[in-house]
Amino acid sequence: MAAAARYPTEPLKLWRKAKALREQYYRNYARARENGGIRWGAAGWSFDAIPTAFGDDVYPLTGEPYGAAVAHERKFAKECLEKAESIGFARDLCAYMRIYWGSVHLNKYLFGGPFPKPDFNFQTQICCSHAKWYQHASAFEGVPDFYVDVSVGAYRDIDQAKLDYVVAQLHDSIAFVEGVTGRRCDDERLIRAVQNEMRATSLWAEICTLNKAVPAPLDEKSMYSLYVLAVLHKSSQWCADFYQEVLDEVKDRVARGIAAVGNERCRIMSDTQPPWAFLKIFRHLEEYGAVSIGSLYTFGLEGTWEVLPNGVWGPRRTPVQLGIAITSRDQALRLYADWNLSKPLWQHFFDPSIKTELMKTIVRDWAVDGVMIHMNRGCEGLSLGIMENRLGLAAAGIPVMTYEGNMGDEREFDQGRAQSRIDSFMETLNLKRDFVAA
Amino acid sequence: MGSGLFEQFRRWYEERHEYARAWKARTGGMVAATMCTYTPEEVLIAAGMLPVRVLGAHEPQNVAEPHLFGMFCPFCRDTLAQGLLGRYDYCDGVTLTQSCIQYRQSFHSWREHVPSAWNYYLPMPNEVQSRHARLLHYSEVKKFRRFIEGVIAKPISDAALNGAIAVINENRRLLRQLYDYRKETNPRVTGVEALYASITAQFVDKEEHNRELQRVLDELPGLVNDRAAGVRCITIGAENDDIAFMAMVESLGATIVIDDQCSGTRYFWNEARVQEDPIATIADRYCERPACPTKDYPLHTRFDHVLKLCRDYGASAGFFLQQKFCDPHEGDYPDLKKHLDANGIPTLLLEFDITNALGPFRTRIEAFLETLGEEELF
Repeated sequence: MAAAARYPTEPLKLWRKAKALREQYYRNYARARENGGIRWGAAGWSFDAIPTAFGDDVYPLTGEPYGAAVAHERKFAKECLEKAESIGFARDLCAYMRIYWGSVHLNKYLFGGPFPKPDFNFQTQICCSHAKWYQHASAFEGVPDFYVDVSVGAYRDIDQAKLDYVVAQLHDSIAFVEGVTGRRCDDERLIRAVQNEMRATSLWAEICTLNKAVPAPLDEKSMYSLYVLAVLHKSSQWCADFYQEVLDEVKDRVARGIAAVGNERCRIMSDTQPPWAFLKIFRHLEEYGAVSIGSLYTFGLEGTWEVLPNGVWGPRRTPVQLGIAITSRDQALRLYADWNLSKPLWQHFFDPSIKTELMKTIVRDWAVDGVMIHMNRGCEGLSLGIMENRLGLAAAGIPVMTYEGNMGDEREFDQGRAQSRIDSFMETLNLKRDFVAA
Repeated sequence: MGSGLFEQFRRWYEERHEYARAWKARTGGMVAATMCTYTPEEVLIAAGMLPVRVLGAHEPQNVAEPHLFGMFCPFCRDTLAQGLLGRYDYCDGVTLTQSCIQYRQSFHSWREHVPSAWNYYLPMPNEVQSRHARLLHYSEVKKFRRFIEGVIAKPISDAALNGAIAVINENRRLLRQLYDYRKETNPRVTGVEALYASITAQFVDKEEHNRELQRVLDELPGLVNDRAAGVRCITIGAENDDIAFMAMVESLGATIVIDDQCSGTRYFWNEARVQEDPIATIADRYCERPACPTKDYPLHTRFDHVLKLCRDYGASAGFFLQQKFCDPHEGDYPDLKKHLDANGIPTLLLEFDITNALGPFRTRIEAFLETLGEEELF
């Protein structure tokens, strides 16, 4: 018998639209060439606005969301992983990367038909796997590749030389896309794409701030289906516009006291990508009245933040909001590079203590009761420094638990064991499952 | 090691902590723990410091686990453990020049938990093939110089930098000369001996190391060698100072004649091109050196470099000494293997951990060498 809900709850009205946009995205990519369009591949952190400046018929396929989508289809995921391993790739490499490689080598697209080969790959490099991923894919597919090295250090240490380095590469990347597509870069379109990306990623941060409300209007499991749109195509008009709609709806939920989890008694924060094939662990939490309000991962993978003048960590203000007109390519690229270098999830690559402090900020400002860290064997980049994060949170007196798993390789996730650890953690937080509590 | 010619290098390797402590007592200089071979040692040496690369101990430990998730490479965990265990307590500071993300964790945990007077993270560009990388690295090496000047509380002159460049270049040149002996039909320098010589260059005073290298080079022409090379092999991978492993391979009718590892050739292979500005000399040298896979993109420059090493040193087979969980090398492995296979160099993959089980490795290596010999088993 479930306990009575403490708060009203209702489904997100935009849920179906989010799903439809995602489906459309994968369809558009596959069918791009039917009308003379262009396809490009990259990771979700690529400088999306550059190819977007080359036309409305230029469609990306970002590797991580694709890997996550495949991971959810456990049979195909296993097939892809085994294919990559049969080529000789180690089983401990990035799970998304292995899935992507497997899918390419099998020549099977998750959404049907053969794998749609991109016209070019356009990647950023901050994690060791990033360059390796598209070096191999490009060589196998026989397509040109370009990389933007953003491993210039934490944003707090950025100086002119570092910014110049990234900006110079972005200029080169435009020449690269011109060379491989035979099209000219449209600077007006570039500026619009940069502004759209800034708007989208700032809006997403603003949406996340609404989850400070009690009850939380969104649970993290639902947020995954929303934030992913920015990982797919953050510089697109449709993405920025959709986030404005989401913001409006979530504001309305907060105003009406609509909860994501009706029996919310406890607020949890997670860390890193979840084991995608086992999102049911979030439903398990709900049995305790625990809602996962998000994480630095969900907030900051694509959300762009800053410490606002009032001292609060909030959505980074866009140049438009600050009254800065973007009038040239170089200015656009400079602002664009700076915007991306401030991304919260790029900071721990240079110092885990920055991440620990951001996690503590979320705990404080989002009224989090405990932290549940997924020690994700599938992603070296986001698991970087994770043990120091755990130590830092514990030292601050924040209840923290860990469970080991893999975002994309179910062979490395033990659901029963993970749930047992969650059960113990809930007990330490003085929570009982609803059928006991009732 | 039958000749005893490399005995000093062996002693330095086995007594490296005692050596550094004695150096410090003798000179009164600072010792800097370095964590990657991309560290511009020239700046440290010009400042009168002894750069000491942190190595693992190849023994079981349980102190790194609370700080480093077990899915990261054993070398990172082993090196951090040495710091946590106080084995580098004579080091005044610690520095890491950016390469792989794994190594960064050892550095971050070290600076957090191992007492050091100073620490410095040098964010070297990773895409060294970019035409813009050298300009940024120039700026970063310049900043490093300023930082170290702050540590020693006095300026580092260009003359001191040029002096350090000359000493390190000599070290690189002498090591290359030593390695030339490995090209011989029956090499007078074994893989074990070469490893002792190259790895000690990473923590012994360079001038002292140069003198010892020169002494060995003077004596080598007179050395009579009755050891047959057997199968000539290359080792490929990240860091490897597992002497017992190397000795075991060379006891099985094989000689390791060359390597592509940061404990070997990647550390010293190219000299710095001396330019008017010593900072440019230093910065460019590290952008131009044989690449670690982390920095080897968009082109796989390593692939032809490794093949050329095989050709130049007559290696007919190779061992991938794959540090478990080392993503950059794991990412290159299948395509590099294919490249070597296509050029007639068969390889064997061996996964390394902090400690390695030599017995099973021995069985696999024996089988591998047998297949190369094409002997009839029955």
